[in-house]
Amino acid sequence: MLAKRIIPCLDIDHGRVVKGIRFASLVDAGDPVEQAKRYDAEGADELAFLDITASSGKRAIVADLVRRVADEVFIPFTVGGGLGTLEDIRAVLRSGADKVTLNTAAVERPEVIGEGAETFGSQCIVVAIDARRRDAADAGVGWEVFTHGGRRNKGWDALEWATRAERLGAGEILLTSMDADGTRGGFDLELTRAVADAVRIPVIASGGAGTLEHFYDALAVGRASAVLAASLFHFGEYKVSEVKNYLRARGVVMR
Amino acid sequence: MSAAEVAIIDYGVGNLRSVEKAFRASGYEAVVSGDAGVLGAARRLVLPGVGAFGACMNALRERGFDRLVRERARAGTPLLGVCVGMQMLFDESEEFGRSEGLGLLGGRVRRFPDTLLVPQTGWNQVEQKSAHALFEGIEANSFFYFVHSYYCEPHEPEVVRGETEYGATYASVVARGAICGVQFHPEKSQAAGLRLLRNFAGLGARDR
Repeated sequence: MLAKRIIPCLDIDHGRVVKGIRFASLVDAGDPVEQAKRYDAEGADELAFLDITASSGKRAIVADLVRRVADEVFIPFTVGGGLGTLEDIRAVLRSGADKVTLNTAAVERPEVIGEGAETFGSQCIVVAIDARRRDAADAGVGWEVFTHGGRRNKGWDALEWATRAERLGAGEILLTSMDADGTRGGFDLELTRAVADAVRIPVIASGGAGTLEHFYDALAVGRASAVLAASLFHFGEYKVSEVKNYLRARGVVMR
Repeated sequence: MSAAEVAIIDYGVGNLRSVEKAFRASGYEAVVSGDAGVLGAARRLVLPGVGAFGACMNALRERGFDRLVRERARAGTPLLGVCVGMQMLFDESEEFGRSEGLGLLGGRVRRFPDTLLVPQTGWNQVEQKSAHALFEGIEANSFFYFVHSYYCEPHEPEVVRGETEYGATYASVVARGAICGVQFHPEKSQAAGLRLLRNFAGLGARDR
C-alpha cells in the first residue's frame, strides 16, 4: 500500500536554516545538511526547503545548498522560494533536487508549469497555493489565492486554480491555508478536502499543525496524500517519528 | 584507463548526480558518462530515466546508446534500469499512442487507470516474489520511493521478482539473469535503496 507522507520543511536564508514565522524574527538555526540528516534519521518521508534568500547570488547559493544535501541525504527533497524560470528550475534539479515548488511565478505566468512539466516531467513540478477564506466563518463561499508570501491577493478561486494547475501539468499541489498557518489550531480541513476532491494528483496539506490529531485529520478527513510542517518540528514539539508512530497506531499506512 | 565498475548512462535525461552519490554511499564508485568508449567497457551499466518514455528512447537512440545497451546486455553485462529506465527494457509503451522500447524483456508499459491519483507519488512496499541477488539483505515488504504514471506488464511471469500494489498489483522489480529493472528510485529510498544498489554493484558473471 502507498504510504501517506510526513514532510518537514526547512526555511533557508543564505544557505543556513532560519527559524521564525516566515519573514519575521529570523534566528540562525544551523546547518541545513545536519538538520536534513536528523529528519532523515527520524523517518521523514521527504524534505522541503523554502529558500528566502534575497540577493543577486541566489541561484548559486541555492545550487550549492542543494548539492550538499544531495550528497548526504537519500530521500526525495523539494526546493522552492522565488523560482520563476525554466533556468531556475533546471539549476535546482541539476544540482540534485527531485522537485521544485512554484508559487508566485506560476500565478503570474501559468505556462511555466507546462514548460517545466514538458522539460523535466510532471513529477518534479509542485504548484504551491497559498489560500485564504473569503469569509473566515464560512467555507461555503470559497478560498482566494494569494501570492508574494501571502501579501498580495490575486482574487482567483483556489479550487479553480488547483484544477487549472493540474491541467497544465503539475504533479502535486502543496496547499497552505493562510488562515490556519501559524495558529497551531489544526489544518483547514474543508479547504484540504475540497482541493483533494477536485484534482487527481496528490495534495500536500500545510499550515496549522499543532497536535498529533491534526495530522490524522488532514489525512483522513482532508484526504491529503501528505502533510508538511515546519515550526512544529523545528522547535521540537514533536519528532517526525512520534507523528508517524501515532498515525500508524490509528491505522494510517506509514513507511 | 581501467574499466568502470559501474557506469551511469548520461543521455541528457534525469538527475544522475543523485544516482552517482547513492552508489558512493553504498560503497561503490560509479561514473556518469555519455562516452561510448566508457559505456562500452564498463563492467555494469545503469540506465536511468524520467519523464516521457518516447522522449527518453529518442534521446537514447540519438546517441546510438540503444544498440550499445542491447548488445552489452545480451552479452551478459549486468544492467539496471531505473524508473523509466526499467520501462525502456520492454517492447513498447502505450504512452502517446505507441512508442517502441529496447525489447530486452517481453511486455508492454501501460498507464495507471484514471481512478487512481497519477502519478503514484511516495513510499510503497515491494513484495519479493522470487529470489534474486538484488534482494540480498533487504527485508520482505520493504518500502521504496516511487514516482510514476506508467507501469510494466511483462509477458513472462518468471521475470517478475517484486510486486507492488497500487490499485492493482504490478511488477516493480524485474530481472532475467543480469538484466534488471526497478520501478522505484533506489537512490531516493534510504537504506533499502542503497542496499539494492550495493547488491547490483556486486552482480557478476555468477549471477547470470
